Amino acid sequence: MCGIVGLLVKTPALRERLGELMVPMLIGMTERGPDSAGLAVFGTALADGRRKLSVYSGLTEAGADFNWLGLAHELKEHLGVALDVEIKHNHAVLAFDVAPEVVKRWIAEHHPKLHILSTGQSIDLYKDIGTPAQVAARYGFDKLSGSHLVGHTRMATESAVTPDRAHPFTAGEDFCLVHNGSLSNPYGVRRKLEPRGIRFETDNDTEAACRFLEWRLREGDDLESALQKGFEELDGFYTFLMGTPDKLALIRDPFACKPAVVAETDDYVAIASEFRSLAHLPGVKHAHVFEPAPEEMYVWNA
Amino acid sequence: MERLTFDLAATPLRELNTFLHKDARDGAARHVTVLNPDGAHNIAVGLDCPVEVEIVGHAGYYAGGMNKAATITIAGSAGTGVAENMMSGKVHVKGFASNGAGASAQGGLLVIDGDAGLRCGISLKGGDIVVGGSVGSFSAFMAQAGRMVICGDAGDALGDSLYEAVLYVKGSVKSLGADAQFEPMSEADIATVASLLDQAGLDHDPKAFKRIASKRSLYHWNADADQEY
Repeated sequence: MCGIVGLLVKTPALRERLGELMVPMLIGMTERGPDSAGLAVFGTALADGRRKLSVYSGLTEAGADFNWLGLAHELKEHLGVALDVEIKHNHAVLAFDVAPEVVKRWIAEHHPKLHILSTGQSIDLYKDIGTPAQVAARYGFDKLSGSHLVGHTRMATESAVTPDRAHPFTAGEDFCLVHNGSLSNPYGVRRKLEPRGIRFETDNDTEAACRFLEWRLREGDDLESALQKGFEELDGFYTFLMGTPDKLALIRDPFACKPAVVAETDDYVAIASEFRSLAHLPGVKHAHVFEPAPEEMYVWNA
Repeated sequence: MERLTFDLAATPLRELNTFLHKDARDGAARHVTVLNPDGAHNIAVGLDCPVEVEIVGHAGYYAGGMNKAATITIAGSAGTGVAENMMSGKVHVKGFASNGAGASAQGGLLVIDGDAGLRCGISLKGGDIVVGGSVGSFSAFMAQAGRMVICGDAGDALGDSLYEAVLYVKGSVKSLGADAQFEPMSEADIATVASLLDQAGLDHDPKAFKRIASKRSLYHWNADADQEY
């Protein structure tokens, strides 16, 4: 199974309520995905030259007691990088003024058990094991604000239940993907990408789709062209929901094996695996509700 | 009591279904209105008495499944498997219906005013389905008996491996499945379509429909066939 949810607010006033509106969407998909949950939220971009990382400390010995301020101090000492740190439980957003690769490489060398969840100017990412309600409470999802987000509740089928195999997956900067379904050729995709220097962090099938599409974007494709190549290369069952700083995109496989329903009003566009995750949204009774067609692209601008 | 309302925002679904299975059968209500269905699964499944159920809003999976004798109206969309394995009675979806609508229905009438997703009427075993809009790919796959009237278009592989069910389509058919073929409309076909459209409350010219039925070439294994189905 697995459940996916997406929410893009068109009305600027709703940006402050993005997390509050989304939490019941995520919890509504608990039966489809009770073992892990996560979301990526896109907000105002940092100034040019500034980047941020979402980092997870749950796999370190200190766990939620990880010394984030100590890490910030170490980075300043060793690399001369000043960091802003926002801490939530075993998760922190680190913002800084240098190329992210410099910081990531240093973290990988000195704190190999820290897991980098996302990199970019607009994206914050949270994911962990636990029920959607537990994960939402752990990271205060109801307080999140932003223009759009993608979320996921996982019922593991393709790989183990671990925080790093939860969704969303990211690759590159400011790109994330969640998946309901199963791919039949993830290792084929992987064998195609690895010789190009693309490194994988897990054995999860969704990671292959995420890295494939991000590779196409990096090679110069626009989102639509990348998705078209996805239809050609990615085999299996999928509903994919993807986020970029200014877009939310949805596609389903040619057999539409995995469900999705969209509700759109003047204020928002909301997507979920099932309508019951949309039923609480304001004005949903008068929303335009439809099922996305198989092998069609749906892209909304933030 | 003749009319009753259940508000699923306040009453558990199990209470509604228990009422429909027990009290409604004993004559406690002839008409039940269901408010705030909000995509819940299994609303009004397995009913076996001639009660009228009106669901005001969107239903989740399997609404009206295994229906026998009841008349169920969904004033919204329906999730996967609406009216699945219906035996008799009527299920009317005023919005769109998701995948597998009316799958293996053995009797009764399923009316969908909007579009239906993929595999509508898969393995139909005797029920009738009228779709006001279009149907997705693989509809009527292995349909054995019953009739389907499609007022819009059909996707790929319509009627693949069809047995004795008959399909009528007004719009375009993206492709026919293995062993399905267009056949001329007889007077009896026109009367059948007219009758089903009338029961569905839809206004189309029955003469504008095309008939699709089985070539029956898959009925017997032919070891000499060149496998070009």
